[in-house]
Amino acid sequence: MSVIKFKNNTNTLNKRSGFITIVKPQSGWQFIDFRELKEYRDLFFSFVWRDVKVMYAQTVLGLSWAILQPAIQIMIFTIIFGKVARVSTDGVPYVLFSSVAIIPWSYIAQTMTQSSQSLISGQHMLGKIYFPRLVFPIAPVLSKFINFGISMLIISGIMVYYRVYPSVNLLFLPIFIIMMMLIPAAAGLWLSSLAIRFRDVQHIMPFFIQLLMYTAPIIYSASTIPEHYRILYSLNPLVGVIEGFRACLLGTPILWHYVWPGVIVGILLLVTGALYFRRMESIIVDVI
Amino acid sequence: MRNESKAIKVENISKCYRIGLKENMHDTLAKTVFKTIKSPLDNYRRYRSLYKFDDLNPDSDDTRSDIIWALRGISFQVNAGEVVGIIGLNGSGKSTLLKILSKITDPTRGRAEIVGKLSSLLEVGTGFHSELTGRENIYLNGAILGMKKKEIERKFDEIVDFSGVEKFIDTPVKRYSSGMRVRLAFAVAAHLEPDIVLIDEVLAVGDIQFQKKCLNKMQDIGQQGRTVLFVSHNMQAVTRLCSRTILLNNGKLIADGPSHNVVSAYMGSDKSTRAVREWNYPADAPGDEVIKLWAVRIRTKDGLVSEAMDIRKPVYVELEYEVLQPNYVFLVYYHLINSDGLELFETIENDASWMDRPRPVGRYLSTCCIPGNLLSEGILYVSPAIRTLNPEIRRLRVNDAVAFHVIDSLDGDSARGTYMSNLGGVVRPLLKWETHFTKQMKTQSNKIT
Repeated sequence: MSVIKFKNNTNTLNKRSGFITIVKPQSGWQFIDFRELKEYRDLFFSFVWRDVKVMYAQTVLGLSWAILQPAIQIMIFTIIFGKVARVSTDGVPYVLFSSVAIIPWSYIAQTMTQSSQSLISGQHMLGKIYFPRLVFPIAPVLSKFINFGISMLIISGIMVYYRVYPSVNLLFLPIFIIMMMLIPAAAGLWLSSLAIRFRDVQHIMPFFIQLLMYTAPIIYSASTIPEHYRILYSLNPLVGVIEGFRACLLGTPILWHYVWPGVIVGILLLVTGALYFRRMESIIVDVI
Repeated sequence: MRNESKAIKVENISKCYRIGLKENMHDTLAKTVFKTIKSPLDNYRRYRSLYKFDDLNPDSDDTRSDIIWALRGISFQVNAGEVVGIIGLNGSGKSTLLKILSKITDPTRGRAEIVGKLSSLLEVGTGFHSELTGRENIYLNGAILGMKKKEIERKFDEIVDFSGVEKFIDTPVKRYSSGMRVRLAFAVAAHLEPDIVLIDEVLAVGDIQFQKKCLNKMQDIGQQGRTVLFVSHNMQAVTRLCSRTILLNNGKLIADGPSHNVVSAYMGSDKSTRAVREWNYPADAPGDEVIKLWAVRIRTKDGLVSEAMDIRKPVYVELEYEVLQPNYVFLVYYHLINSDGLELFETIENDASWMDRPRPVGRYLSTCCIPGNLLSEGILYVSPAIRTLNPEIRRLRVNDAVAFHVIDSLDGDSARGTYMSNLGGVVRPLLKWETHFTKQMKTQSNKIT
């Protein structure tokens, strides 16, 4: 739908008004209305905070789940892929190798899942009140970040144990963290708007996430991919993020030429996702 | 202070939905298999068709079974500060109109212009999460309704006070009774300060006490100069709170004017609330070879026929009839019945010139005056009847021949004064009260009484 807001100085109703809103049938493609988002900033943070509070409501372990869950996964992977299958890890101990990848991956997987569901779980609100629908898929990106922060403690613990000291590469970590947040945001925009119309998406998600895990160098090392396929492989933004995390935290050289393709694809997905979401936004309530 | 600028301008808005299509039955296995293979594509087409309506025309009387026009070409304007009611049967498009103005859904055609900040109350407690405490839900719900965090902080104590759940404000909402939840939700909504408010039958939920509170609050909102659009089925509330009402039917706007007129039109849709009933031909006119009733009318003191009667003013019931045979003594009377079917009274013509006397053949016009400040608000029905007394035979009776609407304009000099809420009683006489005051008290703080 088209919503145009601009100041009208002749309106004397009250200080805050002076808005004119025009409601009309949507036409064409529109991008994100940043001004509207800014106005609903408080709402966005309320949603994030609500997600965080509710996540471990009435659980005994509470926030320690943020540590337990990845810890268990790391343990299992180390035993199966490190000891039993003996996957090559370029000389890095498997525990270290996998934990550095599993922590960001957990964040991505959980956020993507929650984000794709966001419109469906919020459907009772959609028909009753208006606020920018973007809040739904984007709120999990921030709320799950808290979990991510806590589980990074595991990595620090393991790094201390293996006496891996922070290198200059650590300065680049913020870039990869941003990319790490961008991917589920883009996926969430696409998946949530598709899921609301085609519930098939909900059924596919668990399977999809499982597959995705194998497309990134989490269990195995990217160096095992043959050279001539590597660029194609790097088009997957997940690859860039995981490799980047590894390089930043373990001090190995960052292979930028294998990171850029993923970044570009990621940004493209984000932009197209935003456009598609906005286009579908106005009809959500009618097809839900 | 009413600002003459337009707060809401609705121009030719239409909205259509595609409703469920009946599946085709297949009679052969081959057809069924083919349909299953083809079906992902069909399903996709069907989902797409839910919102693609390029070729449709709201004005055509569609015979298509798959399209429903929830709104057809609605246009109206609302001035800043007006309180407007929106009424209509279920399915007439009221909620859809509010949803479109709230930007929840897009119109299919047309546009609307809204000046000022708009808040809509289509439901109380939107977004309440049962795991969070009352306090946390106030912040969450307030944010969802459009309040900034600072605003909520500032009004927090007022909101808690209004809701009456202060003791439980820090327990999770899932432990609240449904009444508490509704009160808390309404307390948040009641402290919004938008320029324009859209309210949809929110008051239908809750007990009597709560409904009273809501009505009072709504009245406050109206008096603060905010523009209000109020959708309701409670005609009393609509007449009392809204100076102007819009009537929707089947998606079309069929009436827009002073509330009492529009409400009468709505209420009278199954029964006639016309203030005049006339018969043109002897064959139709009630009665027999002795007497015929030609007309029943309701008039004001100035002689105007009117359906809407001021509660303070007298109501004149007029019966026009013809006596066809001489030497009969007649009893001319009518019943006054309220909208619940309760008979308020039966009254007999008592003009001394004609009572108990045989009447000559001719035309008669009997007028009965019901004094002002006697009747209660609502719609009242007049059922006239005429008997002959020697012997006693009822010659005619017309049930609900005419009806009129008694309205209290709340100027302060009727029996309800300026009191807003529902008053009971089938009559509303303005009685005389006297109150004496003395400083000498009967109860003293240091004396045992």
